[in-house]
Amino acid sequence: MNIDLPLIFAALMGISILAYVVLDGYDLGVGMLMPAATPDEQNLMVASIGPFWDANETWLVLGIGLLLVAFPKAHGVVLGELYLPVAVMLIGLMFRGVAFEFRMKALGWHAELWNWLFWFGSFVASLAQGFMLGRYITGFEPGAGYWLFAFIVGGSVCGGYVLLGATWLVLRTEGELQKKAYAWAKWGLLWVALGVALVSIATPLASSTVYDKWFDFPRTLWLMILPAASLAAGVWVWRSLRPGIADWKPFAGTVAIYVLAFLGLAYSIFPYVVVDRMTIWDAASHDSALEFMLWGAAIVLPCIAGYTVFSYRVFRGKVREALYE
Amino acid sequence: MDAAEALLLARAQFGLNIAFHILFPSLTIALAWFLVYFRVRYERSRDPAWLATYKLWIKVFALSFAMGVVSGIVMSFQFGTNWPGFMNKVGNIAGPLLAYEVLTAFFLEATFLGVMLFGMNRVPAWLHILSTVIVAVGTSLSAFWILALNSWMHTPAGHIMVGDVLIAGDWLQVIFNPSFPYRITHMLLASGLTASFVIAGLSAWRLLRAPVDDSAMKTLRAAVLVAAVLAPVQIYVGDLHGLNTLEHQPAKIAAIEAIWETEKGAPLVLFAIPNEKERRNDYAIEIPKGAALILKHDADAELKGLNEFEPDRPPVAPLFFGFRLMVGIGVGMLALAWFGAWRLRRGGPLPRPLLWIFAAFTFSGWIATLAGWIVTEVGRQPWLVTGILRTKDAVGHISGAQLGASLTGYVLTYSLMLLAYFVVITHMAGKGAEQQEALK
Repeated sequence: MNIDLPLIFAALMGISILAYVVLDGYDLGVGMLMPAATPDEQNLMVASIGPFWDANETWLVLGIGLLLVAFPKAHGVVLGELYLPVAVMLIGLMFRGVAFEFRMKALGWHAELWNWLFWFGSFVASLAQGFMLGRYITGFEPGAGYWLFAFIVGGSVCGGYVLLGATWLVLRTEGELQKKAYAWAKWGLLWVALGVALVSIATPLASSTVYDKWFDFPRTLWLMILPAASLAAGVWVWRSLRPGIADWKPFAGTVAIYVLAFLGLAYSIFPYVVVDRMTIWDAASHDSALEFMLWGAAIVLPCIAGYTVFSYRVFRGKVREALYE
Repeated sequence: MDAAEALLLARAQFGLNIAFHILFPSLTIALAWFLVYFRVRYERSRDPAWLATYKLWIKVFALSFAMGVVSGIVMSFQFGTNWPGFMNKVGNIAGPLLAYEVLTAFFLEATFLGVMLFGMNRVPAWLHILSTVIVAVGTSLSAFWILALNSWMHTPAGHIMVGDVLIAGDWLQVIFNPSFPYRITHMLLASGLTASFVIAGLSAWRLLRAPVDDSAMKTLRAAVLVAAVLAPVQIYVGDLHGLNTLEHQPAKIAAIEAIWETEKGAPLVLFAIPNEKERRNDYAIEIPKGAALILKHDADAELKGLNEFEPDRPPVAPLFFGFRLMVGIGVGMLALAWFGAWRLRRGGPLPRPLLWIFAAFTFSGWIATLAGWIVTEVGRQPWLVTGILRTKDAVGHISGAQLGASLTGYVLTYSLMLLAYFVVITHMAGKGAEQQEALK
């Protein structure tokens, strides 16, 4: 067979990571918004993500799993460089994950502790993910400036997840909580706008590889469609953040921003899997392994998409009660 | 820092994580099937006692499953970070098996778990039962793939060497490698026993708090009967697994039985302190010709001693003691399950001392499972993949400081989570009992 298996798996990995960022992004965002809500609202917020968070996080396992199994050489380099932030993210995700159960089942100050850990875990995991993205796109260059850059990206990702979480709440809640969610979403959007602007300016400066890809006239003119479309999506989200507009619109617009940002990022990096060091073809597994997995992915991924849609249909509509009676 | 120290830290970290992780799948794999049973019993009888049982255990399941998921995610990272040499050498075989686990099992169980936990009033009864079944199928499928990989690491088959890496020649041989049928059966039964004793133990705890509790009594009965059936089967399967190990990994058996030198009619060492330095057993209590009889079914058969495998042999003490701990608990489970089943058949309330013993055995399955895994995994050393890759050649270049810092973080996190788990589980069982009291 003469198909480019590494390319297909790079696409699959990219889609998994995008799916992870959007899906776990909204539930991490909801987690970060917890301190701004009353206890009753907190229960509704958790109820809005309770049936989904586990499957959402599975996309991370698939994305990292594909990096591990399809590009094992890159996995070693990337996760070796990011060892500590990965550990921090994992500990954050662990606290967040078990806090779903513990905050409802524990009593007294224990429940308070888990509520706090739910927020803290969501925040730490988001910050660590953004930090890793910042380190990754600059090719793990040493130096204080690069570390500062990574922290800025970390903060931006937190803002991005807050935006996703708030627009998710606009979609899934009503009344007072929904009103609050509109306000949170506006803050999130401003935060994202600032973050995206900073990152867009800093990335080409931090990485000559990325610079060369974007500033090459006349291609640059075509590429400007991406930031222009992102800006349009941002404005659209802002304008739909008020009662009376269909409540799916803010979330859909936010997802559009993510897809556009992802395309920009993918364009910046491709064909590298470790920036400036390793292309997807350098890092790929043996074709026999990739081919065996491709069969599985081709059969199973449509099924996963199908029952994911089923699950979202089962739990559609506004949340009105906490998860357990 | 020297390489030996980094190896030790990498192993400690991975070992801690995988030991913490296995606690939860070993409970949830079989608990999922118990949930199917409870759910169907409720559907057919409409008896509120079965509904109470289902609702209590679905919460225990949700909590245990979450613990398994989050520690499992850590593992998916540590495969690569702690053992990059593993993926470099055998990634073309290990990778697809892991990928199939994620694709066929993880998404399935995670998605339908949501429907099972929160969808009882949102979907028709048949669809809710089906979701419960799918979760159970998912957990078992997950066990299938991960044990296929683990068994392959013990008894590799179906691979081809290309340059200095391995690729699969025949996937069916890779998956159904020589130790796989025994290992998967042994693990699924271990899960069945673990779940049975957790269910029986917590139900006994409920009965101790509120003696007349129809839900707790029904649950206890179901769990004890399952345990009474599974315990002898497990002992038989364990024996078959041991014979399979003798054929493929004789050094592991020599260490388990603490046979230092090859001998005819080797004794069964019941207890001893293995002395690695002097290569002998101190304070040994032995049954003459016992090991030869059990392993070869012939009192005068020859058993290979550790001397045959030097220096590629595992350490003796963890295998020797781990194996005896596992078998001891297994025999205890058998005795308790049979006595309990006999007592239940006689009818009437169970005596309180018996309930206390069941409560004490609640997490016995965890100890036996951990001991068993330590025996089999340490028993594979110094190999990571038998005959193909040594553990020391697979370790990565993560610095000792980073390993130490993250290890500390994991230890603290796991301790807090485990503590909270025990508190909440006993509290939930207690709350069930209080509700029963209030109803009266």
